[in-house]
Amino acid sequence: MTDLYQSQRAMRQMRRQAMQRGVVAVLDVGSSKIACLILRFDGASVHSDDNSIGALAGQSGFRVIGAKTTRSRGVQFGEITAMQETESAIRTAVQGAQKMAAVRVDHVIACFSGASPRSYGLNACVDLEGQLVTENEVARVLAACEVPDYGSGREVMHAQPINFALDNRSGLNDPRGQLGQSLEVDMHMLTVDAATVQNLVHCIKRCDLELAGIASSAYASGFSGLVEDEQELGSACIDMGGGTTSISIFVKKHMIYADSVRMGGDHITSDISMGLGVSTANAERIKTFCGGVQATGVDDRDMIDIGGDTGDWEHDQRSVSRAELIGIMRPRVEEILEEVRARLDAAGFDSLPSQQIVLTGGSSQIMGLDGLATRILGRQVRLGRPLRVHGLPQSATGPGFASAVGLCLLAAHPQDEWWDFEMPVDRQATGSFRRAVRWFKDNW
Amino acid sequence: MRALIGRMQRAKTGKSDPAPSRLKYRIQRWMLTPGIRMGLRFGVPVCLVLAAGGTYMSSQERRDMLMERYVELRHSIEQRPEFMVNAMAIDGAVPVVGEDIREVVSLDFPISSFDLDLPELRARIMELDPVKTAEVRIRPGGILQVDVTERTPAAVWRSSAGLALLDETGAHVAELGQRSLKPTLPLLAGEGANDHVAEALQLVAVARPLGPRLRGFARIGERRWDVVLDRDQRILLPSDRPVQALERVIAVSEVQDLLERDVAVVDMRLNARPTVRMSEDAVENWWKIKELNGSGQ
Repeated sequence: MTDLYQSQRAMRQMRRQAMQRGVVAVLDVGSSKIACLILRFDGASVHSDDNSIGALAGQSGFRVIGAKTTRSRGVQFGEITAMQETESAIRTAVQGAQKMAAVRVDHVIACFSGASPRSYGLNACVDLEGQLVTENEVARVLAACEVPDYGSGREVMHAQPINFALDNRSGLNDPRGQLGQSLEVDMHMLTVDAATVQNLVHCIKRCDLELAGIASSAYASGFSGLVEDEQELGSACIDMGGGTTSISIFVKKHMIYADSVRMGGDHITSDISMGLGVSTANAERIKTFCGGVQATGVDDRDMIDIGGDTGDWEHDQRSVSRAELIGIMRPRVEEILEEVRARLDAAGFDSLPSQQIVLTGGSSQIMGLDGLATRILGRQVRLGRPLRVHGLPQSATGPGFASAVGLCLLAAHPQDEWWDFEMPVDRQATGSFRRAVRWFKDNW
Repeated sequence: MRALIGRMQRAKTGKSDPAPSRLKYRIQRWMLTPGIRMGLRFGVPVCLVLAAGGTYMSSQERRDMLMERYVELRHSIEQRPEFMVNAMAIDGAVPVVGEDIREVVSLDFPISSFDLDLPELRARIMELDPVKTAEVRIRPGGILQVDVTERTPAAVWRSSAGLALLDETGAHVAELGQRSLKPTLPLLAGEGANDHVAEALQLVAVARPLGPRLRGFARIGERRWDVVLDRDQRILLPSDRPVQALERVIAVSEVQDLLERDVAVVDMRLNARPTVRMSEDAVENWWKIKELNGSGQ
């Protein structure tokens, strides 16, 4: 656990340094594209001390000064499979964004969607030493959480206290300074495969960049795709990417569950490619321009040239009706959405007060998806686009950039994680001198 | 190995990888670093220029050649006819003083105006005794113009060194061979008289009613003035406010003909007690008269 504290804290330290320098890059490593945004923080515009004004208002603190998207290489299912390729793709993105911004960035905050995220709910209860809830008490109750055995080869990516309860008074955001007898905390912990994270860290290091933070893209896209009341009341954000579909459930402005389905737009493309016998690039083009999931009568007569470059005239003049294309795409989309439904059911999404579902990500642009999703996921489904942030180029405002934009918001206003709190005094492995200093500070 | 082979083939066909190489990426990042940008923009050109100049100047021959050319160029500019001064004109000085000035300045015309040090010339001219102020400038047409104001003698000073002419500030103007050459100027005598010429001139102005009786003024003990009249009469003035004292004496003299009488000395040194010393003859006469009167009683 100390290990985790230290690596995550080092990243937080990096983030602070980046803030001081005023420039930080945001990198979304996806299966189909790698997006890099460069943010400049021009002066801290503090709106409220007690966090009562949320992330929406907090957008004014930064400005996007560089953006670059490049085709992703060597990433499958949101996981890096070919390091060299991914590294050069990251270099392309970072270089283009740097060129646009005309500044050099050294710190990068990255997110990725794969590595099979798994959510855990943690709970702990301690009796307070005094009447007052102090910083140290909060740290103590966080440390008292019983960490489940999440298996070797996995690592904690997020661990956020989402709720504090003080003597049966639940729903506290910040219990510090209040009086009570016992303090209880609910925490959400997200673990991912360690090897994937390490690959990403290694790739970024080879690009001469310092990692200032790492986030799950489910979390990031939920942050930008959901509006504030949806985050507050309870909703699910479904980020349909190229290789994976990530699910995150938010309530009370905290993520309480995240998962990912290892299917996405690339699978639809490969279905089309296989079904029609065309190249992947061609299939992607057909999907983007003519794809859909709701067949109507006119689609039978709407013929699409699927072409080819074999030189065989007959083969190159093939065409299919749009209904046939929809017939190929729809089962795959249904499969993805049914899988998402199953995950949501497993997470107990039904018991939330509001069950808004927001579809975002590049694949959510398939025509007619909202109708199909309504049929499978329930009535409250809408298509989401990321928030507009300052200076974001028009080309980066589509739903495919939800996680990149969400990462911008997180970079500017990160939520408290476990490692942002001080370690409790009795757990500390540091020297006695530090402990003496702390005792002195506490008592004087 | 497939990927490698594929990449090599791609390179051959000319369809290049959009991704920058590590080196290119690093160079771009370097170029975006502010310090290096500044260094490249200013530091490298400055270094290059310095290095080129340094290598060129490292040889003694080249340095000498450069210096020589510089000196030559300078000389050729200085010797242009526009900058040459051909003559000197002196205004405001009598011929004798003019000769003195020419002697002091001692220039060989024609001379370049770059070689003339006008403030120094002016200082040298001002050192001459008869010159009160001097202005030196180069007039268009290559003429060195010297405008001189001469000192006007205001008094004759007789000292152990002989007769000298002083102006109103006490500055030495010229030697005087004979008093009769300047009969109109008042005569001063005594050590230190030249330092108080202004006071003496005030006394002269006050003593005008005395007319031709006035012989001169003597400085006594470098402290106070004596007015010397003919018939060996003297008016002893105090060191403090002598002008008023002389005015008193003259007033008394006009009313009561004090100085017409047989008085040797009028002593005004003590302000509250003016004293008159009679001449020896007068005293004896007075005694005789007293005796006559006394016997007569």
